[in-house]
Amino acid sequence: MRSEAVTWALRRVGERTISSIERFGFAARFSVAVLTHSPAALRRLRLTLREIYFSGVLSLVIILVSGLFVGMVLALQGYEVLTRYGANESLGILVALSLVRELGPVVAGLLFASRAGSAITAEIGLMKTTEQLSAMEMMAVDPLARVVAPRFFGGIVSMPLLAALFSTLGVFGAYLVGVRLIGIDAGAFWGNMQAAVDFRYDILNGIIKSVVFGVAVSLIAVFEGYNARPTAEGVSTATTRTVVASSLSILALDFVLTVFMFRGIGV
Amino acid sequence: MSVVEPGTVAPTCPTETAVQLSDVSFGYDRRRPVLRGIDMTIPRGKVVAIMGGSGCGKTTILRLIGGQLRAQRGTITVAGQDVMSLDRDALFALRRKIGMLFQFGALFTDLSVFENVAFPLREHTDLQEELVHDLVLMKLNAVGLRGAAQLRPAELSGGMARRVALARAVALDPMLVMYDEPFAGLDPISLGVVGQLIRELNDALGITSVVVTHDIYESLKIVDYIYFVSEGRIVAQGTPADVRKSSDPFVRQFVDGAPDGPVPFHYPAKALAREFARAQ
Repeated sequence: MRSEAVTWALRRVGERTISSIERFGFAARFSVAVLTHSPAALRRLRLTLREIYFSGVLSLVIILVSGLFVGMVLALQGYEVLTRYGANESLGILVALSLVRELGPVVAGLLFASRAGSAITAEIGLMKTTEQLSAMEMMAVDPLARVVAPRFFGGIVSMPLLAALFSTLGVFGAYLVGVRLIGIDAGAFWGNMQAAVDFRYDILNGIIKSVVFGVAVSLIAVFEGYNARPTAEGVSTATTRTVVASSLSILALDFVLTVFMFRGIGV
Repeated sequence: MSVVEPGTVAPTCPTETAVQLSDVSFGYDRRRPVLRGIDMTIPRGKVVAIMGGSGCGKTTILRLIGGQLRAQRGTITVAGQDVMSLDRDALFALRRKIGMLFQFGALFTDLSVFENVAFPLREHTDLQEELVHDLVLMKLNAVGLRGAAQLRPAELSGGMARRVALARAVALDPMLVMYDEPFAGLDPISLGVVGQLIRELNDALGITSVVVTHDIYESLKIVDYIYFVSEGRIVAQGTPADVRKSSDPFVRQFVDGAPDGPVPFHYPAKALAREFARAQ
Protein backbone atom coordinates (compact mmCIF):
# COMPACT_ATOMS: atom_id res chain seq x y z
CA MET A 1 0.00 0.00 0.00
CA ARG A 2 2.81 2.34 0.97
CA SER A 3 4.91 1.47 -2.07
CA GLU A 4 1.85 2.11 -4.26
CA ALA A 5 1.52 5.60 -2.79
CA VAL A 6 5.22 6.28 -3.38
CA THR A 7 4.95 5.02 -6.95
CA TRP A 8 1.87 7.18 -7.51
CA ALA A 9 3.63 10.26 -6.10
CA LEU A 10 6.74 9.61 -8.21
CA ARG A 11 4.61 9.14 -11.30
CA ARG A 12 2.81 12.43 -10.63
CA VAL A 13 6.14 14.26 -10.23
CA GLY A 14 7.43 12.66 -13.43
CA GLU A 15 4.28 13.55 -15.37
CA ARG A 16 4.38 17.15 -14.19
CA THR A 17 8.09 17.46 -15.03
CA ILE A 18 7.61 16.03 -18.51
CA SER A 19 4.55 18.22 -19.04
CA SER A 20 6.49 21.35 -17.95
CA ILE A 21 9.41 20.52 -20.25
CA GLU A 22 6.98 19.87 -23.13
CA ARG A 23 5.23 23.17 -22.48
CA PHE A 24 8.54 25.02 -22.33
CA GLY A 25 9.66 23.40 -25.58
CA PHE A 26 6.35 24.22 -27.23
CA ALA A 27 6.60 27.82 -26.01
CA ALA A 28 10.11 28.12 -27.45
CA ARG A 29 9.03 26.70 -30.82
CA PHE A 30 5.95 28.90 -30.82
CA SER A 31 8.07 32.00 -30.09
CA VAL A 32 10.36 31.20 -33.02
CA ALA A 33 7.34 30.62 -35.27
CA VAL A 34 5.78 33.95 -34.21
CA LEU A 35 9.03 35.81 -34.84
CA THR A 36 9.42 34.24 -38.28
CA HIS A 37 5.82 35.18 -39.09
CA SER A 38 6.28 38.78 -37.92
CA PRO A 39 7.06 40.08 -41.42
CA ALA A 40 3.54 38.86 -42.29
CA ALA A 41 2.24 41.55 -39.95
CA LEU A 42 3.86 44.19 -42.15
CA ARG A 43 2.30 42.70 -45.28
CA ARG A 44 -1.11 42.81 -43.54
CA LEU A 45 -0.72 46.42 -42.48
CA ARG A 46 -4.44 47.06 -42.09
CA LEU A 47 -4.77 44.23 -39.61
CA THR A 48 -1.72 45.41 -37.69
CA LEU A 49 -3.06 48.97 -37.53
CA ARG A 50 -6.34 47.58 -36.23
CA GLU A 51 -4.46 45.73 -33.48
CA ILE A 52 -2.47 48.87 -32.60
CA TYR A 53 -5.83 50.58 -32.19
CA PHE A 54 -7.18 47.81 -29.95
CA SER A 55 -4.00 47.39 -27.87
CA GLY A 56 -2.79 50.97 -27.88
CA VAL A 57 -5.54 53.50 -28.46
CA LEU A 58 -8.08 51.69 -26.32
CA SER A 59 -5.53 51.47 -23.47
CA LEU A 60 -4.97 55.24 -23.54
CA VAL A 61 -7.49 56.16 -20.87
CA ILE A 62 -6.12 53.85 -18.18
CA ILE A 63 -2.51 54.73 -19.08
CA LEU A 64 -3.04 58.51 -19.10
CA VAL A 65 -5.08 58.62 -15.91
CA SER A 66 -2.67 56.30 -14.09
CA GLY A 67 0.34 58.31 -15.30
CA LEU A 68 -1.20 61.55 -14.08
CA PHE A 69 -1.97 60.20 -10.61
CA VAL A 70 1.37 58.39 -10.23
CA GLY A 71 3.16 61.67 -11.11
CA MET A 72 1.05 63.65 -8.63
CA VAL A 73 1.64 61.16 -5.80
CA LEU A 74 5.35 61.00 -6.64
CA ALA A 75 5.54 64.79 -6.37
CA LEU A 76 3.80 64.84 -2.99
CA GLN A 77 5.99 62.07 -1.55
CA GLY A 78 9.17 63.41 -3.16
CA TYR A 79 8.59 66.93 -1.91
CA GLU A 80 8.07 65.67 1.63
CA VAL A 81 11.44 63.83 1.61
CA LEU A 82 13.43 66.43 -0.36
CA THR A 83 12.31 69.25 1.97
CA ARG A 84 14.07 67.50 4.87
CA TYR A 85 17.38 67.99 3.03
CA GLY A 86 16.56 71.43 1.63
CA ALA A 87 16.55 70.05 -1.90
CA ASN A 88 12.92 70.60 -2.80
CA GLU A 89 13.88 72.31 -6.08
CA SER A 90 15.24 68.93 -7.24
CA LEU A 91 11.70 67.60 -7.36
CA GLY A 92 11.66 67.77 -11.18
CA ILE A 93 14.78 65.61 -11.40
CA LEU A 94 13.42 63.03 -8.95
CA VAL A 95 10.10 62.73 -10.73
CA ALA A 96 11.51 62.68 -14.27
CA LEU A 97 14.21 60.11 -13.57
CA SER A 98 11.84 57.87 -11.61
CA LEU A 99 9.27 57.96 -14.38
CA VAL A 100 11.52 57.75 -17.42
CA ARG A 101 13.87 55.08 -16.06
CA GLU A 102 11.51 52.88 -14.05
CA LEU A 103 7.92 53.75 -13.34
CA GLY A 104 6.97 54.65 -16.91
CA PRO A 105 8.00 51.38 -18.55
CA VAL A 106 7.19 49.14 -15.56
CA VAL A 107 3.78 50.51 -14.52
CA ALA A 108 2.71 51.06 -18.13
CA GLY A 109 3.84 47.48 -18.83
CA LEU A 110 1.80 46.11 -15.92
CA LEU A 111 -1.26 48.08 -17.02
CA PHE A 112 -0.72 47.01 -20.63
CA ALA A 113 -0.55 43.35 -19.54
CA SER A 114 -3.81 43.69 -17.60
CA ARG A 115 -5.70 45.69 -20.21
CA ALA A 116 -4.38 44.61 -23.62
CA GLY A 117 -2.55 41.34 -22.86
CA SER A 118 -5.59 39.76 -21.24
CA ALA A 119 -7.81 40.95 -24.09
CA ILE A 120 -5.49 39.44 -26.72
CA THR A 121 -5.41 36.09 -24.87
CA ALA A 122 -9.18 36.01 -24.41
CA GLU A 123 -9.82 36.90 -28.04
CA ILE A 124 -7.45 34.27 -29.48
CA GLY A 125 -8.65 31.71 -26.91
CA LEU A 126 -12.28 32.28 -27.86
CA MET A 127 -11.40 32.08 -31.55
CA LYS A 128 -9.89 28.68 -30.79
CA THR A 129 -12.91 27.60 -28.73
CA THR A 130 -15.33 28.57 -31.50
CA GLU A 131 -13.16 26.78 -34.11
CA GLN A 132 -12.35 30.01 -35.96
CA LEU A 133 -8.63 29.13 -35.96
CA SER A 134 -9.39 25.63 -37.27
CA ALA A 135 -11.62 27.12 -39.96
CA MET A 136 -8.79 29.42 -40.99
CA GLU A 137 -6.36 26.51 -41.19
CA MET A 138 -8.82 24.56 -43.32
CA MET A 139 -9.10 27.57 -45.64
CA ALA A 140 -5.32 27.32 -46.12
CA VAL A 141 -4.73 30.50 -44.13
CA ASP A 142 -2.09 30.24 -41.42
CA PRO A 143 -3.52 31.62 -38.12
CA LEU A 144 0.00 32.52 -37.03
CA ALA A 145 0.25 34.96 -39.94
CA ARG A 146 -3.38 36.14 -39.94
CA VAL A 147 -4.23 36.28 -36.22
CA VAL A 148 -1.10 36.01 -34.08
CA ALA A 149 1.51 38.09 -35.93
CA PRO A 150 -0.59 41.30 -36.22
CA ARG A 151 -1.48 41.16 -32.51
CA PHE A 152 2.12 40.48 -31.53
CA PHE A 153 3.42 43.31 -33.69
CA GLY A 154 0.62 45.65 -32.58
CA GLY A 155 1.65 45.08 -28.95
CA ILE A 156 5.32 45.80 -29.65
CA VAL A 157 4.45 49.09 -31.36
CA SER A 158 1.90 50.18 -28.74
CA MET A 159 3.87 49.46 -25.58
CA PRO A 160 6.73 52.06 -25.95
CA LEU A 161 4.23 54.72 -27.03
CA LEU A 162 2.04 54.03 -24.02
CA ALA A 163 5.07 54.09 -21.69
CA ALA A 164 6.17 57.44 -23.16
CA LEU A 165 2.69 58.88 -22.67
CA PHE A 166 2.57 57.50 -19.13
CA SER A 167 5.85 59.27 -18.27
CA THR A 168 4.73 62.50 -19.97
CA LEU A 169 1.47 62.63 -18.05
CA GLY A 170 3.37 61.69 -14.88
CA VAL A 171 5.70 64.66 -15.29
CA PHE A 172 2.69 66.87 -15.99
CA GLY A 173 0.98 65.58 -12.83
CA ALA A 174 4.13 66.33 -10.81
CA TYR A 175 4.19 69.84 -12.30
CA LEU A 176 0.59 70.42 -11.25
CA VAL A 177 1.29 69.33 -7.68
CA GLY A 178 4.85 70.65 -7.28
CA VAL A 179 4.61 73.98 -9.09
CA ARG A 180 0.92 74.85 -9.13
CA LEU A 181 -0.14 73.40 -5.78
CA ILE A 182 2.95 73.53 -3.56
CA GLY A 183 4.58 76.51 -5.21
CA ILE A 184 8.04 75.30 -6.27
CA ASP A 185 9.65 77.66 -8.76
CA ALA A 186 8.68 76.58 -12.29
CA GLY A 187 12.09 77.57 -13.71
CA ALA A 188 13.90 75.39 -11.15
CA PHE A 189 11.48 72.50 -11.73
CA TRP A 190 11.94 72.42 -15.52
CA GLY A 191 15.55 73.67 -15.62
CA ASN A 192 16.92 71.07 -13.18
CA MET A 193 14.99 68.37 -14.98
CA GLN A 194 16.41 69.40 -18.36
CA ALA A 195 19.94 69.50 -17.00
CA ALA A 196 19.78 66.14 -15.22
CA VAL A 197 17.90 63.92 -17.67
CA ASP A 198 20.18 62.52 -20.36
CA PHE A 199 18.56 61.42 -23.61
CA ARG A 200 20.69 58.35 -24.29
CA TYR A 201 21.31 57.24 -20.71
CA ASP A 202 17.81 57.82 -19.32
CA ILE A 203 15.21 58.23 -22.06
CA LEU A 204 16.64 55.75 -24.57
CA ASN A 205 17.17 53.11 -21.89
CA GLY A 206 13.57 53.65 -20.77
CA ILE A 207 12.36 53.17 -24.34
CA ILE A 208 14.45 49.99 -24.70
CA LYS A 209 12.90 48.67 -21.50
CA SER A 210 9.38 49.36 -22.74
CA VAL A 211 10.11 47.64 -26.07
CA VAL A 212 11.42 44.56 -24.22
CA PHE A 213 8.33 44.54 -22.00
CA GLY A 214 6.14 44.93 -25.08
CA VAL A 215 7.76 41.88 -26.70
CA ALA A 216 7.42 39.84 -23.48
CA VAL A 217 3.77 40.74 -22.80
CA SER A 218 2.68 40.32 -26.42
CA LEU A 219 4.45 36.98 -26.76
CA ILE A 220 2.97 35.64 -23.52
CA ALA A 221 -0.50 36.91 -24.47
CA VAL A 222 -0.56 35.31 -27.93
CA PHE A 223 1.00 32.08 -26.64
CA GLU A 224 -1.50 31.66 -23.82
CA GLY A 225 -4.42 32.43 -26.15
CA TYR A 226 -3.22 30.07 -28.88
CA ASN A 227 -2.44 27.35 -26.34
CA ALA A 228 -5.64 27.76 -24.28
CA ARG A 229 -7.83 24.74 -23.71
CA PRO A 230 -10.91 25.25 -25.91
CA THR A 231 -13.37 25.58 -23.03
CA ALA A 232 -14.74 28.50 -21.00
CA GLU A 233 -12.56 27.46 -18.07
CA GLY A 234 -9.53 27.07 -20.37
CA VAL A 235 -9.87 30.62 -21.72
CA SER A 236 -10.34 32.01 -18.21
CA THR A 237 -7.23 30.18 -16.98
CA ALA A 238 -5.20 31.35 -19.98
CA THR A 239 -6.23 34.97 -19.38
CA THR A 240 -5.18 34.77 -15.73
CA ARG A 241 -1.89 33.15 -16.69
CA THR A 242 -1.20 35.97 -19.13
CA VAL A 243 -1.58 38.65 -16.47
CA VAL A 244 0.44 36.74 -13.85
CA ALA A 245 3.24 35.60 -16.19
CA SER A 246 3.48 39.00 -17.89
CA SER A 247 3.63 40.90 -14.60
CA LEU A 248 6.34 38.63 -13.18
CA SER A 249 8.29 38.76 -16.45
CA ILE A 250 8.18 42.56 -16.46
CA LEU A 251 9.50 42.77 -12.90
CA ALA A 252 12.24 40.18 -13.51
CA LEU A 253 13.27 41.69 -16.84
CA ASP A 254 13.30 45.14 -15.30
CA PHE A 255 15.81 44.03 -12.70
CA VAL A 256 18.07 42.39 -15.30
CA LEU A 257 17.88 45.37 -17.68
CA THR A 258 18.54 47.85 -14.88
CA VAL A 259 21.68 45.94 -13.86
CA PHE A 260 23.02 46.15 -17.40
CA MET A 261 21.85 49.67 -18.25
CA PHE A 262 22.64 51.70 -15.16
CA ARG A 263 26.11 50.57 -14.12
CA GLY A 264 26.59 53.69 -12.03
CA ILE A 265 24.21 52.15 -9.49
CA GLY A 266 27.16 49.97 -8.42
CA VAL A 267 25.75 46.45 -8.72
CA MET B 1 -34.84 26.37 -55.21
CA SER B 2 -31.97 27.01 -57.61
CA VAL B 3 -28.68 27.06 -55.75
CA VAL B 4 -26.12 28.01 -58.38
CA GLU B 5 -25.88 30.40 -61.25
CA PRO B 6 -25.19 28.90 -64.67
CA GLY B 7 -21.52 28.57 -65.54
CA THR B 8 -20.22 28.35 -61.98
CA VAL B 9 -19.59 24.63 -61.82
CA ALA B 10 -16.57 23.77 -59.69
CA PRO B 11 -13.58 21.84 -61.04
CA THR B 12 -14.25 18.20 -60.22
CA CYS B 13 -11.87 15.82 -58.50
CA PRO B 14 -9.35 14.38 -61.03
CA THR B 15 -9.64 10.83 -59.64
CA GLU B 16 -12.62 8.48 -59.48
CA THR B 17 -12.12 8.14 -55.72
CA ALA B 18 -12.20 11.53 -54.04
CA VAL B 19 -11.10 10.31 -50.60
CA GLN B 20 -9.58 7.00 -49.56
CA LEU B 21 -8.71 5.93 -46.01
CA SER B 22 -6.79 2.67 -45.71
CA ASP B 23 -6.18 0.98 -42.35
CA VAL B 24 -6.12 4.33 -40.56
CA SER B 25 -5.47 4.36 -36.82
CA PHE B 26 -5.26 7.43 -34.63
CA GLY B 27 -5.19 8.38 -30.95
CA TYR B 28 -4.60 11.67 -29.15
CA ASP B 29 -2.42 9.68 -26.75
CA ARG B 30 -1.13 6.11 -26.74
CA ARG B 31 -3.50 4.87 -24.08
CA ARG B 32 -6.72 5.92 -25.78
CA PRO B 33 -7.00 5.03 -29.49
CA VAL B 34 -9.78 7.00 -31.19
CA LEU B 35 -9.74 5.26 -34.56
CA ARG B 36 -8.65 1.68 -35.24
CA GLY B 37 -8.05 0.35 -38.73
CA ILE B 38 -10.54 2.54 -40.61
CA ASP B 39 -11.07 1.71 -44.30
CA MET B 40 -13.27 4.11 -46.21
CA THR B 41 -13.82 4.98 -49.86
CA ILE B 42 -15.62 8.14 -50.90
CA PRO B 43 -16.31 8.20 -54.64
CA ARG B 44 -16.26 11.41 -56.66
CA GLY B 45 -19.56 13.26 -56.87
CA LYS B 46 -21.26 11.39 -54.03
CA VAL B 47 -22.66 12.53 -50.69
CA VAL B 48 -21.31 10.16 -48.04
CA ALA B 49 -22.32 10.28 -44.39
CA ILE B 50 -20.19 9.17 -41.46
CA MET B 51 -22.48 8.38 -38.54
CA GLY B 52 -22.02 7.32 -34.97
CA GLY B 53 -22.59 8.36 -31.39
CA SER B 54 -20.96 11.36 -29.78
CA GLY B 55 -17.23 10.95 -29.24
CA CYS B 56 -16.83 7.95 -31.55
CA GLY B 57 -14.22 9.70 -33.72
CA LYS B 58 -16.33 11.07 -36.59
CA THR B 59 -14.92 14.60 -36.48
CA THR B 60 -11.43 13.17 -36.08
CA ILE B 61 -11.86 11.49 -39.48
CA LEU B 62 -12.59 14.90 -41.06
CA ARG B 63 -9.55 16.42 -39.40
CA LEU B 64 -7.40 13.57 -40.70
CA ILE B 65 -8.73 14.06 -44.24
CA GLY B 66 -7.99 17.80 -44.01
CA GLY B 67 -4.47 17.14 -42.71
CA GLN B 68 -5.09 18.90 -39.38
CA LEU B 69 -4.19 15.66 -37.62
CA ARG B 70 -1.73 12.95 -38.65
CA ALA B 71 -2.67 9.30 -38.42
CA GLN B 72 -0.34 7.00 -36.53
CA ARG B 73 -0.94 4.22 -39.06
CA GLY B 74 -2.44 3.84 -42.52
CA THR B 75 -2.77 6.14 -45.51
CA ILE B 76 -5.20 8.90 -46.43
CA THR B 77 -5.46 10.07 -50.01
CA VAL B 78 -7.47 13.02 -51.29
CA ALA B 79 -7.75 13.37 -55.07
CA GLY B 80 -4.89 10.89 -55.40
CA GLN B 81 -2.57 12.82 -53.07
CA ASP B 82 -1.23 11.19 -49.91
CA VAL B 83 -2.22 13.81 -47.32
CA MET B 84 0.36 12.75 -44.74
CA SER B 85 3.30 12.99 -47.11
CA LEU B 86 2.50 16.55 -48.21
CA ASP B 87 4.65 19.42 -47.00
CA ARG B 88 3.03 22.57 -45.62
CA ASP B 89 2.74 24.39 -48.95
CA ALA B 90 1.34 21.35 -50.76
CA LEU B 91 -1.12 20.74 -47.93
CA PHE B 92 -2.30 24.35 -48.08
CA ALA B 93 -2.64 24.04 -51.88
CA LEU B 94 -4.81 20.94 -51.36
CA ARG B 95 -6.91 22.67 -48.70
CA ARG B 96 -7.77 25.43 -51.15
CA LYS B 97 -9.70 22.75 -53.06
CA ILE B 98 -11.48 21.59 -49.90
CA GLY B 99 -14.29 23.41 -48.14
CA MET B 100 -15.29 22.66 -44.59
CA LEU B 101 -18.39 23.56 -42.65
CA PHE B 102 -17.81 23.47 -38.89
CA GLN B 103 -20.36 22.38 -36.32
CA PHE B 104 -21.46 25.87 -35.30
CA GLY B 105 -20.31 27.65 -38.45
CA ALA B 106 -17.03 29.03 -37.03
CA LEU B 107 -17.78 32.38 -38.64
CA PHE B 108 -15.27 35.12 -37.88
CA THR B 109 -17.08 37.23 -35.32
CA ASP B 110 -15.18 40.43 -36.14
CA LEU B 111 -16.30 40.33 -39.79
CA SER B 112 -19.72 40.84 -41.37
CA VAL B 113 -21.50 38.05 -43.24
CA PHE B 114 -20.27 39.54 -46.53
CA GLU B 115 -16.66 39.73 -45.32
CA ASN B 116 -16.83 36.16 -43.99
CA VAL B 117 -17.75 34.82 -47.41
CA ALA B 118 -15.25 37.14 -49.09
CA PHE B 119 -12.47 35.98 -46.73
CA PRO B 120 -11.16 33.02 -48.78
CA LEU B 121 -11.48 35.01 -52.01
CA ARG B 122 -9.45 37.91 -50.60
CA GLU B 123 -6.84 35.57 -49.10
CA HIS B 124 -6.28 33.38 -52.14
CA THR B 125 -7.13 35.43 -55.22
CA ASP B 126 -6.25 38.83 -56.66
CA LEU B 127 -9.76 39.43 -57.93
CA GLN B 128 -10.95 42.99 -58.31
CA GLU B 129 -13.26 44.31 -55.62
CA GLU B 130 -16.25 44.45 -58.00
CA LEU B 131 -15.79 40.78 -58.88
CA VAL B 132 -15.40 39.77 -55.22
CA HIS B 133 -18.59 41.69 -54.48
CA ASP B 134 -20.55 39.88 -57.20
CA LEU B 135 -19.15 36.45 -56.33
CA VAL B 136 -19.95 36.85 -52.63
CA LEU B 137 -23.51 37.95 -53.35
CA MET B 138 -23.88 35.02 -55.76
CA LYS B 139 -22.77 32.55 -53.06
CA LEU B 140 -25.02 34.19 -50.47
CA ASN B 141 -27.90 34.12 -52.94
CA ALA B 142 -27.34 30.39 -53.38
CA VAL B 143 -27.95 29.84 -49.67
CA GLY B 144 -30.80 32.36 -49.58
CA LEU B 145 -29.02 34.99 -47.50
CA ARG B 146 -28.11 37.74 -49.97
CA GLY B 147 -30.24 40.09 -47.90
CA ALA B 148 -28.22 39.31 -44.76
CA ALA B 149 -24.89 40.32 -46.27
CA GLN B 150 -24.31 43.25 -43.94
CA LEU B 151 -25.36 41.50 -40.72
CA ARG B 152 -22.82 40.47 -38.10
CA PRO B 153 -22.52 36.76 -37.14
CA ALA B 154 -23.97 37.57 -33.68
CA GLU B 155 -27.21 38.69 -35.38
CA LEU B 156 -27.74 35.34 -37.16
CA SER B 157 -29.75 32.35 -35.98
CA GLY B 158 -28.03 28.96 -35.81
CA GLY B 159 -29.48 27.89 -39.16
CA MET B 160 -28.50 31.16 -40.86
CA ALA B 161 -24.96 30.93 -39.48
CA ARG B 162 -24.69 27.40 -40.87
CA ARG B 163 -25.85 28.63 -44.30
CA VAL B 164 -23.37 31.51 -44.30
CA ALA B 165 -20.62 29.06 -43.37
CA LEU B 166 -21.77 26.88 -46.27
CA ALA B 167 -21.51 29.85 -48.65
CA ARG B 168 -18.00 30.51 -47.32
CA ALA B 169 -17.06 26.83 -47.67
CA VAL B 170 -17.94 26.85 -51.38
CA ALA B 171 -16.57 30.34 -52.06
CA LEU B 172 -13.50 28.98 -53.86
CA ASP B 173 -15.52 26.35 -55.76
CA PRO B 174 -13.94 23.35 -53.99
CA MET B 175 -13.88 19.79 -55.29
CA LEU B 176 -14.66 18.36 -51.83
CA VAL B 177 -16.79 19.78 -49.02
CA MET B 178 -16.73 18.33 -45.50
CA TYR B 179 -19.61 18.99 -43.10
CA ASP B 180 -19.13 18.57 -39.37
CA GLU B 181 -22.53 18.04 -37.73
CA PRO B 182 -24.39 20.38 -40.11
CA PHE B 183 -27.78 19.53 -38.55
CA ALA B 184 -26.89 19.94 -34.86
CA GLY B 185 -29.25 22.22 -32.95
CA LEU B 186 -31.37 23.31 -35.94
CA ASP B 187 -35.13 23.74 -36.04
CA PRO B 188 -37.03 21.46 -38.49
CA ILE B 189 -37.24 24.13 -41.21
CA SER B 190 -33.52 25.01 -41.04
CA LEU B 191 -32.75 21.29 -40.91
CA GLY B 192 -34.58 20.70 -44.16
CA VAL B 193 -33.02 23.77 -45.80
CA VAL B 194 -29.45 22.81 -44.86
CA GLY B 195 -30.00 19.19 -45.92
CA GLN B 196 -31.42 20.24 -49.27
CA LEU B 197 -28.58 22.72 -49.81
CA ILE B 198 -25.96 20.04 -49.18
CA ARG B 199 -27.53 17.74 -51.77
CA GLU B 200 -28.22 20.42 -54.38
CA LEU B 201 -24.85 22.13 -54.08
CA ASN B 202 -23.18 18.74 -54.42
CA ASP B 203 -25.07 17.87 -57.60
CA ALA B 204 -25.10 21.33 -59.16
CA LEU B 205 -21.41 22.06 -58.57
CA GLY B 206 -20.22 18.52 -59.24
CA ILE B 207 -18.42 18.28 -55.91
CA THR B 208 -18.00 15.47 -53.41
CA SER B 209 -19.48 15.77 -49.92
CA VAL B 210 -18.59 14.09 -46.63
CA VAL B 211 -21.20 14.65 -43.93
CA VAL B 212 -20.40 13.80 -40.33
CA THR B 213 -23.64 13.61 -38.39
CA HIS B 214 -25.75 11.65 -35.97
CA ASP B 215 -29.04 12.78 -37.53
CA ILE B 216 -30.14 9.55 -39.16
CA TYR B 217 -33.47 10.74 -40.59
CA GLU B 218 -32.13 13.83 -42.34
CA SER B 219 -29.14 11.89 -43.64
CA LEU B 220 -31.18 9.06 -45.12
CA LYS B 221 -32.99 11.66 -47.25
CA ILE B 222 -29.91 13.19 -48.85
CA VAL B 223 -26.90 10.86 -48.82
CA ASP B 224 -25.74 8.16 -51.24
CA TYR B 225 -23.83 6.00 -48.78
CA ILE B 226 -23.42 5.73 -45.01
CA TYR B 227 -20.57 4.52 -42.80
CA PHE B 228 -21.39 3.75 -39.16
CA VAL B 229 -18.52 4.25 -36.73
CA SER B 230 -18.47 2.96 -33.17
CA GLU B 231 -15.56 2.82 -30.75
CA GLY B 232 -13.15 3.81 -33.49
CA ARG B 233 -14.16 1.11 -35.98
CA ILE B 234 -16.53 0.94 -38.93
CA VAL B 235 -19.26 -1.36 -37.71
CA ALA B 236 -21.69 -1.12 -40.64
CA GLN B 237 -22.04 0.53 -44.02
CA GLY B 238 -24.42 0.71 -46.93
CA THR B 239 -26.84 2.76 -49.00
CA PRO B 240 -29.87 4.41 -47.33
CA ALA B 241 -31.99 1.52 -48.63
CA ASP B 242 -29.61 -1.02 -47.04
CA VAL B 243 -29.72 0.89 -43.77
CA ARG B 244 -33.51 0.99 -43.65
CA LYS B 245 -33.81 -2.79 -43.98
CA SER B 246 -30.67 -3.67 -42.02
CA SER B 247 -30.91 -6.15 -39.14
CA ASP B 248 -27.46 -5.24 -37.79
CA PRO B 249 -27.93 -4.58 -34.04
CA PHE B 250 -25.90 -1.35 -34.09
CA VAL B 251 -27.71 0.05 -37.15
CA ARG B 252 -31.07 -0.94 -35.67
CA GLN B 253 -30.25 0.76 -32.35
CA PHE B 254 -29.20 3.87 -34.24
CA VAL B 255 -32.20 3.95 -36.58
CA ASP B 256 -34.70 3.13 -33.81
CA GLY B 257 -33.04 5.43 -31.27
CA ALA B 258 -32.98 2.65 -28.66
CA PRO B 259 -31.34 3.76 -25.40
CA ASP B 260 -29.59 0.43 -24.81
CA GLY B 261 -27.96 -2.04 -27.15
CA PRO B 262 -24.51 -2.44 -28.68
CA VAL B 263 -23.96 1.14 -27.48
CA PRO B 264 -24.70 0.66 -23.75
CA PHE B 265 -26.78 3.09 -21.72
CA HIS B 266 -24.37 2.92 -18.77
CA TYR B 267 -20.81 4.18 -18.92
CA PRO B 268 -18.46 1.35 -17.82
CA ALA B 269 -18.39 1.22 -14.01
CA LYS B 270 -17.74 -1.13 -11.12
CA ALA B 271 -20.49 -3.62 -10.21
CA LEU B 272 -23.45 -1.92 -8.57
CA ALA B 273 -23.32 -4.20 -5.49
CA ARG B 274 -19.67 -3.32 -4.93
CA GLU B 275 -20.35 0.42 -5.13
CA PHE B 276 -23.25 0.18 -2.63
CA ALA B 277 -21.28 -2.06 -0.30
CA ARG B 278 -18.58 0.57 -0.28
CA ALA B 279 -21.06 3.26 0.61
CA GLN B 280 -22.32 1.24 3.57
